[in-house]
Amino acid sequence: MTAVVGAELAEAVGRLGPFDAAACMNCGVCTAVCPMGIAWLPRRLQRAVVLGLEQEVVAATEPVYACLLCRLCEVSCPAGVHITENVRTLRRYLNRRVFGL
Amino acid sequence: MTLPIGPVIGILADNLRLRGSVLPIPARRSTSWARQLGLPVGGPTVLYSGQMVQLIPYIEAMVAIEERLGGSPLARLAPLGRRLNRVVSLVPLMARPPGRAVAEYDRILVDVATLLSRAGVAFGALYADDLYTGALAHDLGADEAVAVQARRIQQVLRRYKVREVITVDPHTTHMLRTVFPRILPDFAVAVRSYLEVLAERPLAVPAPLPGVRTLHDACVFARYESVVEEPRRLLAQTGLRVLEPEAAGRLTECCGGPAESLFPARARAIAGQRVAQLRRAAPDAITMCPLCLVNLRRAADGALGLEDISSVLRRATGG
Ligand code: SF4
Ligand code: SF4
Repeated sequence: MTAVVGAELAEAVGRLGPFDAAACMNCGVCTAVCPMGIAWLPRRLQRAVVLGLEQEVVAATEPVYACLLCRLCEVSCPAGVHITENVRTLRRYLNRRVFGL
Repeated sequence: MTLPIGPVIGILADNLRLRGSVLPIPARRSTSWARQLGLPVGGPTVLYSGQMVQLIPYIEAMVAIEERLGGSPLARLAPLGRRLNRVVSLVPLMARPPGRAVAEYDRILVDVATLLSRAGVAFGALYADDLYTGALAHDLGADEAVAVQARRIQQVLRRYKVREVITVDPHTTHMLRTVFPRILPDFAVAVRSYLEVLAERPLAVPAPLPGVRTLHDACVFARYESVVEEPRRLLAQTGLRVLEPEAAGRLTECCGGPAESLFPARARAIAGQRVAQLRRAAPDAITMCPLCLVNLRRAADGALGLEDISSVLRRATGG
């Protein structure tokens, strides 16, 4: 899969609501505690947005909607990243970008 | 096994925008609890259901359909379903919950109202104007439809001159207390869950209840609204011995309910894991969210006793 790396994706997502993964240290605690057990959730997904990997994010649409918004990752995150707000904003983006809603 | 995401979100958002609820249910169903009790209409303080509890039997009926549809060729008809649903609501045609389930969930609202009355709290109800808050649409990122609903509810509360809202479930509590003020900076209504209201005063328990229970915290109460200590304080007065499960309080594990509308099979697997954790603590568990109750009950299939905290508190305060 080809991917364009850049800041445009994070900016486009951020225009629809709060999206901030800048403080993420990529430690993986969030993914380790996530009950969904999907590799995309939530660390890799946030990384893909920050890196501007739009095709990867679009391909991960199902995991984005699979998130329970249960916040177990968020209360465990050492960097205080607002993960569930990020996921919800990403849903707003995909609602438009993928589903034309 | 998943459902087509776009059309499902579309149907839920269309329903909220056009019909005021993600799953529009008949008013005689959503108001029967308040009519049974003859609650006064409106007033400065109202018990607000947000139709969440009443929706559960309908969600159950829809999930049964979804579980049959997901992964089947019929699921591909969802886009057509969305077009049809815009013209005529498909919900009453599809979801017919058994009367027994409707009565059981109404009972939660009746018990909550009874507990508040016993505690000396004066309140009214909004009957058909007690609208769904759009919690599910909010989770799915359908923010425009939620904003429309927030304004509708603000107008209703202003019309009835409501100053304080007492909520029942965590999702309605979160929407009214945290989400609506973000959407509408002038949303000036005090919002507390009935557990917070009841926990402010001693619980009058004529005879302590025997037995052992474990407690399942709802994610939204524990991690979004910081309602952790209140249910414990109330249960401690009932006489029951309450044992904490492996993941409790702020570190509670999800019941899987939020995955129900799009990933019903996965929701059940997560519920199964949680049931196993709860069973390791005690053979019977107490829930405080109707979505947790229905999801865990389905996964437990009789292997774990489950009861809403409102029924426990009602029994403790004199049946
Ligand atoms: S736990 Fe927080 S810091 Fe660690 S990877 Fe997840 S979001 Fe990043
Ligand atoms: S909020 Fe989503 S990503 Fe975080 S632990 Fe829960 S299901 Fe996983």
